[in-house]
Amino acid sequence: MKFRLSALALLMASPAFAEGELKVYHWFEYIPQELVDKFTAETGITVTIDTYDSNESMLASLKAGKLGQYDVAVPGDYMVQIMGAEGLLDSFTPEELPNFGNIDPKWIDVPFDPGRKSSIPYQWGSTAFSVNRDVYTGDINTLAMIFNPPEELKGKINVLDSQGEVLALGSIYMGIPQCSTDKEQLKALSDMLVAAKANWASFGSDTAKDVLVSGDAAAGMIYNGFSAKARAEGANVEYAYPKEGYVVWMDNMVLLKDAPNRDNALKFMNFLLQPENAAAVTNYAAYTSGVMGVEPFLDEAIKSSPENNPPATAPAGSFIQVCDEEAQKLYDAIWINLKK
Amino acid sequence: MAGMVPDQTPATSGDGYRRVVGPLLLPTWAMIGIFLVVPVALMAVYSFLTKEFRGGVDWQFSLAAYDQFFLNRGLFGDEPPVMEWTYITIFWRSIWQAAVATALCLAIGFPTAWFIATRPANTRGIWLFLITIPYWVNLLIRTVSLKFLIRDNGPLNEALMGAGLIDGPLPLVNTNLAVQLGLFYSYLPFMVLPVYAAVERYNFAYSEAAADLYASRWVTLREIVLPIVKPGIVAGCLLVFIPSLGAFLAPDLLGGAKTFMIGSLIDEQFKGSLGNWPFGAAVSMILMTLVMIALLVYARSTAKGGAA
Repeated sequence: MKFRLSALALLMASPAFAEGELKVYHWFEYIPQELVDKFTAETGITVTIDTYDSNESMLASLKAGKLGQYDVAVPGDYMVQIMGAEGLLDSFTPEELPNFGNIDPKWIDVPFDPGRKSSIPYQWGSTAFSVNRDVYTGDINTLAMIFNPPEELKGKINVLDSQGEVLALGSIYMGIPQCSTDKEQLKALSDMLVAAKANWASFGSDTAKDVLVSGDAAAGMIYNGFSAKARAEGANVEYAYPKEGYVVWMDNMVLLKDAPNRDNALKFMNFLLQPENAAAVTNYAAYTSGVMGVEPFLDEAIKSSPENNPPATAPAGSFIQVCDEEAQKLYDAIWINLKK
Repeated sequence: MAGMVPDQTPATSGDGYRRVVGPLLLPTWAMIGIFLVVPVALMAVYSFLTKEFRGGVDWQFSLAAYDQFFLNRGLFGDEPPVMEWTYITIFWRSIWQAAVATALCLAIGFPTAWFIATRPANTRGIWLFLITIPYWVNLLIRTVSLKFLIRDNGPLNEALMGAGLIDGPLPLVNTNLAVQLGLFYSYLPFMVLPVYAAVERYNFAYSEAAADLYASRWVTLREIVLPIVKPGIVAGCLLVFIPSLGAFLAPDLLGGAKTFMIGSLIDEQFKGSLGNWPFGAAVSMILMTLVMIALLVYARSTAKGGAA
């Protein structure tokens, strides 16, 4: 694989015409073509976009020789941190981005890139759960719905088949820090999950929406946008913003190390920080922008969606932390024990 | 002519045979080499390497994968090693599920095969054709469809409730029974076809002879029919049991993925968050070794049975 990728990279290497070019490495279907055309019309810069379908595959191909081919990429929060640690990111100063001040201040000092030295917010969303309101009518804004459910929901709960999200939400419910290596805390977390599992019907991530729509599950761990789609498909589900906290994730545009067109990359990042342009991405992707002042440009359906608008009482969510190898081993063991 | 290269010496029939057949065997050897020896060798090698943190391997010899499978050193790795039961439990569960599925397949497959084999010769092809039709559809789609049928508000439960046979829906989906049903449905033709092939060759005059000698139907089945069609039954059981062991579609979709099966445990080592390639390879090696031992034991017992 490595050899093939580097051979490909060699083939694709062309003389650098730094003037007027920009190479973007992006998720599939995550930016509207009209917005790219608008950037080209405004600046005269030709944009080339290659796509990937997972953070891990993007990391692998950059490490296998594509670094230096691209100017920007769009990793998720934890992947920004990993790429930073692997030395794949370049940094910039706020002065290099005139629109830096448009970033919502709460997204500046993020744990995966404190002070935003290498990245800008792209879109963000959250992971919590949804409850079918025909089945349960009480207050749902607590993680107990999943981990210590009321009688109506017992045996009708789907949880994501994803170690990171289940263990993070479990830790938040118990008030345990992520990546803990404390024996007592981990034992308690493991016991709580094993007891909670008795009330769960199934584990499934890509089926998370389907089981809510079909009625197989009356409550389910889910991403906010996915829950909005379940609602649009007719399920009477409400997305919860639990009082204990929840998981947030954010995709970010990063400036890659050895970017062949660093100036144009900064122009593009600056372009995406203009509220009108950030709103265009949100209208296309249906998540939430990290830029202030986008509201006048948003479609009504997206602006008013309850999944995208946490109630004022909701606490801030937490990002999934990148554990070191030693801590990760413990969480792997808890997960295997939960599913053994 | 003396002193020429050896293959110029007068050909024995063996040499001639080798000269003609040898090259013709090349595709077979290539097939076995490329699709059997190389992948299994890779698996064996990878199971003895050191895992890298975020997927992949470090080319350092290590027994860590096998250690993890058999020995439990506590969550923090600081306790004296004791026997690890986690993975043995997962293996046992998979073996049990596969055994139930095989038994179901035999219970339904044998009468089906018998029925087809006793139809007039010109209609048997149609019956066999009908058996295979559902299997033109992708396994994933068939499994999801089965889930639609058995879910709480699916047609099966609606029909039973409509007929007044049950008050509430039968809890089928996300149970072990659903997994066994799924495996049974996935692999039924692998039972029917070999059993059919054996029953078709059965000479029904034997049954008549047994009846003439006052053997009951049960005795005829047990003493005459079963011993003769046994190779077909054994082949069918193996063809159902072995793929059922490693299946992960049915457990994930119908069983709700609540517990690991061997297949999903291995899958998670390569694709999921656990990312431990050497351990995935080691689990595969252990599974393969177990199946091999079972086959050898069976082969030896039948060899002895034949000699006695």
